[in-house]
Amino acid sequence: MARLRLATTWLGGCSGCHMSFLDMDEWLIDLARMADIVYTPFQDVKKFPENVDVTLVEGAVANRDHLEQLEQVRAHSRLVVSFGDCAVTGNVTAMRNPLGKAEPVLRRSYIELATVNPQIPDEAGIVPALLERVYPVHEMIRVDYYIPGCPPPADRIRHVLEELIAGREPKLEGAELKFG
Amino acid sequence: MATQTLTIDGKLVTARPEDTILSASKDAGIDIPTLCYLDGLSAHGGCRLCMVEVGSQNRLLPACTTPVREDMNVSTSTPRLVEYRRMIVALLLAERNHVCSVCVANGHCELQSMAYALGVTHVRFEYLSPELPVDVSHDRYGMDHNRCILCTRCVRACDQIEGAHTLDVMGRGVNSRIVADMNQPWGDSVTCTSCGKCVQACPTGALFRQGSTVAEMEKDRTMLQFLVTAREKKQWLV
Repeated sequence: MARLRLATTWLGGCSGCHMSFLDMDEWLIDLARMADIVYTPFQDVKKFPENVDVTLVEGAVANRDHLEQLEQVRAHSRLVVSFGDCAVTGNVTAMRNPLGKAEPVLRRSYIELATVNPQIPDEAGIVPALLERVYPVHEMIRVDYYIPGCPPPADRIRHVLEELIAGREPKLEGAELKFG
Repeated sequence: MATQTLTIDGKLVTARPEDTILSASKDAGIDIPTLCYLDGLSAHGGCRLCMVEVGSQNRLLPACTTPVREDMNVSTSTPRLVEYRRMIVALLLAERNHVCSVCVANGHCELQSMAYALGVTHVRFEYLSPELPVDVSHDRYGMDHNRCILCTRCVRACDQIEGAHTLDVMGRGVNSRIVADMNQPWGDSVTCTSCGKCVQACPTGALFRQGSTVAEMEKDRTMLQFLVTAREKKQWLV
């Protein structure tokens, strides 16, 4: 069987899910024997590659860059997995949604709560524009599987990857589906 | 009246005439999911999680408020019911801001555990993300409307067990809100006895002890049944 081409990406999240990925410890060595990790924040790869088997997406969709990244991910991945609560539910990243649109969020963060030099960051081409609201990944693209948790425990991530590598449907049940 | 005999999930069950489908099922070891129901309080029939199929009638009935009848044939977990229950929980999660990871009740929340018990992988409805206040005007307790599912356990505990009736429901539908007295800050309430029964009854992190941080708010949801048994039967059963 061909080696699994695995990618991970990080949108509007804290990278805690990726830290939990590293928490798989020595199994990462086994993983490297079974899969090629072709794109991830752990490596310096600029462009999302083609023909990816599985992509784990951490984080909610909060700005234009995330949206473009997601389009690339969906176009070039056979399976997309929502990786962690922000991707699955919006979670902490989406806590700005009750404030309404992007503008009141920026004003609240950079003007009202600023202690020095209050200004809204605006550098075209450098600072990506916020979306009006934050979305879970499945509201933007088709998602095949979900790994909940904030962050998902390493064993939960490992279970899903093992099933995918074995060519089986990963199925999480009971407390393995716990949000938070 | 004589004992009633009915069938629940293919199992022949005998029940007392005053039993509901829920209590008869529980006695028979058949678990029906509930959220608004709590032992010790009157049944409310609001959350609709305990809906069951009875006989050949197409209309679903809430197990917590439906009395048993002779020869009833009840199904408690058909694929249709399981699908509806998942939908109900997903709708509750979408209606307000249930951010489990930063909630005082994380790990001790009945909405959270119900979601995973039913196999809710994600919420396919759009989150409403309403802007809702947190009332921390009370000396001991707080009320976070973001986490409230309007089960009314707190309202019933306050009225039926404590007899204060400080809490009630204001508004309609999705705009309903738990209020203290005449919709005033909880801390200004003249009727609240600060007994905390509402906090213990609350299934989520909507009512909490002041000072609780993430995942610290453990509740004793058997407290009300304990009080009722003590009062009515003079039995102090722990």
